Amino acid sequence: MTQVLTSYDKYLEDLQEFERRFPSSGFGRLSDIRESAIASFDKLGLPTRTQGNEDWKYTNIRSLASTAFQYVFEPNFERVTEAQLKELAPWDDSWASLVFVDGHYVEALSTASPRADGAHIGSLTDAIVTHKDIAERHLAKYALAEADGFSAMNTAFLHDGAFVYVPKDCAVERPLHIIFVAAGDAQPTVSHPRALIVLEENSSITIVESYLGVSSVPYLTNSVTEIVLGDGASAKHYKLLMENADAFHVGTTQVYQGKDSAFRSVSFVKGSAIARNNVSVLLDNPGGNCFLRGLYLTSGKEHIDNHIDIDHAKPHATSDLYFKGILSGRSKAVFSGRVLVQKDAQKSSAIQRDKNLLMSKGAEVDSSPSLEIYADDVQCTHGATAGAVAEDALFYMMSRGIDKETATLFLIQGFAREIVDEIQLTTLRDYVETRISGALPNLRSGQEL
Amino acid sequence: MLEIRNLRASIEDKEILKGIDLKVNAGEVHAIMGPNGSGKSTLANVLAGRPEYRVTGGEVLFEGKNLLTMFADERAREGLFLAFQYPVELPGVRSWQFMKSALDSVRRHRGLEELSIREFDKLYEEKLKLVSMDPDLMKRSVNEGFSGGEKKRSEVLQMLLLNPKLALLDETDSGLDIDALRTVSYGIDQFRSPLNAVILVTHYQRILNYVSPDYVHVLVDGRIVRSGGRELALELESKGYEWIKDSVGISN
Ligand SMILES: Nc1ncnc2c1ncn2[C@@H]1O[C@H](COP(=O)(O)OP(=O)(O)O)[C@@H](O)[C@H]1O
Ligand SMILES: [Mg+2]
Repeated sequence: MTQVLTSYDKYLEDLQEFERRFPSSGFGRLSDIRESAIASFDKLGLPTRTQGNEDWKYTNIRSLASTAFQYVFEPNFERVTEAQLKELAPWDDSWASLVFVDGHYVEALSTASPRADGAHIGSLTDAIVTHKDIAERHLAKYALAEADGFSAMNTAFLHDGAFVYVPKDCAVERPLHIIFVAAGDAQPTVSHPRALIVLEENSSITIVESYLGVSSVPYLTNSVTEIVLGDGASAKHYKLLMENADAFHVGTTQVYQGKDSAFRSVSFVKGSAIARNNVSVLLDNPGGNCFLRGLYLTSGKEHIDNHIDIDHAKPHATSDLYFKGILSGRSKAVFSGRVLVQKDAQKSSAIQRDKNLLMSKGAEVDSSPSLEIYADDVQCTHGATAGAVAEDALFYMMSRGIDKETATLFLIQGFAREIVDEIQLTTLRDYVETRISGALPNLRSGQEL
Repeated sequence: MLEIRNLRASIEDKEILKGIDLKVNAGEVHAIMGPNGSGKSTLANVLAGRPEYRVTGGEVLFEGKNLLTMFADERAREGLFLAFQYPVELPGVRSWQFMKSALDSVRRHRGLEELSIREFDKLYEEKLKLVSMDPDLMKRSVNEGFSGGEKKRSEVLQMLLLNPKLALLDETDSGLDIDALRTVSYGIDQFRSPLNAVILVTHYQRILNYVSPDYVHVLVDGRIVRSGGRELALELESKGYEWIKDSVGISN
C-alpha cells in the first residue's frame, strides 16, 4: 500500500498513545473491534488513488492524506461556548442536545437527559458499560472497517461518541440535536465522531446531526454514524455539514432498515475543502421505506461529494433520492448514487435525481446516478441535470422592478425550496433558509471568475 | 410619454428592427399589429430592456429620459411594464413574495412607503377580483402549472398592481377564449387613465373590439409601414396582411 508517510505515521503514532490513554481492555468486544479496525486500516490505508477506484474517482484526497493531522487527546472545552453553538448551529430550546468537542463528549454543554421519554440518550463511553449488550450487538456491525479506510480509521479510534437507544413502541417527542465541533487551534487536528442510534420495533425519533468548526486551523472530521431501524421503526434524520471552508470532512451514515421501517433524511451541506458525505442504506427486509433529500451549496474552490449507496435486498421496499446543488466560483460537486436491486427484491421502487444550478462558468459537476438491477418486477428511474441561472427568469423578474441581486436570490431560494420544504423542524428550516440567503454574496462574486 | 426615433435592433447579428419611429402620449392606446415574425415582440422586449437584444441605432425617450441606458429593473421602476407574450414560470418562487417585492421596489423608487402586509393583501385581493383569478393560484409558484389563460390574467394582474405609466401588452389576447378575453380586456380598461398609456401588441383585431385604440400601426419586417386610426385594424382584418405587404411593396 502506497501511503503518504507523514499522515499515516502520525495516525499510527497517535493510535499507540490513544491505546495508552483509552485502553479498550475490559470492554469485551470493543477491544476486538478496535484491533481488527487497526488491521483493516493498516491494509486499506486511505483511498488516495483515483484511477481505477470507482468510489473515489472524482474526489482526490491527496491534500488530506498529506497533512499530518493530530488526534486531540485533551480537547480545549473552553474554546466552545453555548453562545457560540447558538450562533453557529440551529438552536431550539425545546430540543435535547449532545455536544462533542473534537469527538469527546461535553456534558456541560449537553442538555439531553439520559432517560428521555423512555429512551436512553448519552455518551457511548457510558453506554458501553450501561448498555453493554446493545452496544456489543450493534457497534461497528454496519459501517464495516474492512470496507473502507476512513471507517477503519474511525473505528480504530473508537472510544467516545453519541449513543441513542429507543426501546420498542417508544416515541421520543423531543428532537435530539447531536453536535460535533472541531476546535483545534495550534496545528491541524483530526476527530473521529461516532454515533450509534438504535431504534427497536415500532419506535420513533427525530435527530439532527450537526458538524461545525470553531477551529482556526485546517482540520479533518472523519465521522461514522450507524442507524439501526427495527421493524416498523421510524427515524427522521437531518444532517448539517457546516464545516469551515478550509476543513476536510469525510462522513459516513450507515443505515440498516427492518421490515416496514422508515428512514427519512434531509442533509444540508455547505462546502469545505473536501466534504464527502457517504450515505449507505441496506433495505434488508420487506417494505422498508428510504427517503433521502440533500441540498449542497459550494463556492470558491470547495469540493462536495455525495456518495449514496442503496441496497434493495428484499421485496416491496422503496427508495427515493433527490439531491440539489448550487455551485459557484470554481467549486466542484460530485454526486454518485448507486442503487442496487437484488434478485429477491421484487416490487422495489427506486428513484434518484440530482439537479445542479451553476452560478459560474468555472463550477463543475460530476453526477453519476446509477442503477444495478437483478430483479425483473421493479420500478426504477434516475436522472441528473446541471444548468445555469435562467436568463429569461432573471429578465422576467427584473422587468417587474426587482433588482438583479434580489431576483438571483429568489431563483436560488426557488431552486432550493423543493428540498428545504422537506425539513419538518421550523427552527432548522429557518436556519437553512438564512444560510442560503447569506451565501448569496459568495455565490454572486463567484460569477465573475 | 414615449418617443422612439429610428430604432434599430438585432439579435445574433440579425437585424430585426430596421428603423422604428413612434410617439405615444399619456391617455393614448396604440395598437401594433403585424404578421408573425415581423418584430412586434422584439420591439416590446427592446423597450423593456431584454439583454439579448442589441440596439444598433436610434433612441428612445421615456418621460424625457434616455430609456436605452437603463437596465430592465430601472425601466420598470420608472414606470414601464411589459406583459409577456410567454410569461416565464419561476419554480419555487412564491407569487406573493414576488409581487410584494416588485411593488415594494416600484414604490420605493416613487418615494412611497412600502405597503404593510395587510395593506398589500387588501390591494392584492382587490386586483385579483378584477381579473377573476382564484386566490389559491397565487399560493403557487409564479406561473407554475398555470394554463395559458391564467398566465395572461396573471400578467394583467401584475400590471394592475404595479400601476405603470406605460403598459406594453404583447399578445395578451392570443390563445384566450371569449370569457378570458373579456376579463383581460376589462382589466386593461380598469387600468386606463388620462395619466397613463397602453401599447397593445396583437396579431388579431379581436381585442380591439373591447379595448378601443386611438392609433393603429402596422409592423412588417421590422418597419412600421402604415399608421392610422381604429379603421385600419378593420381593413387589415378584412383584407389580410398580404394586402398591406403588397401595398407597401414588400414581397415574401
Ligand atoms: N431569441 C431570438 N433568437 C433568434 N432569433 C430571434 C429571437 N427572437 C426573435 N427572433 C427572430 O426575430 C424575428 C422577429 O421575431 P418577433 O419579434 O418574435 O416577431 P413577432 O412578435 O412579430 O411574431 C423573427 O424572425 C424571429 O425568428
Ligand atoms: Mg410576438
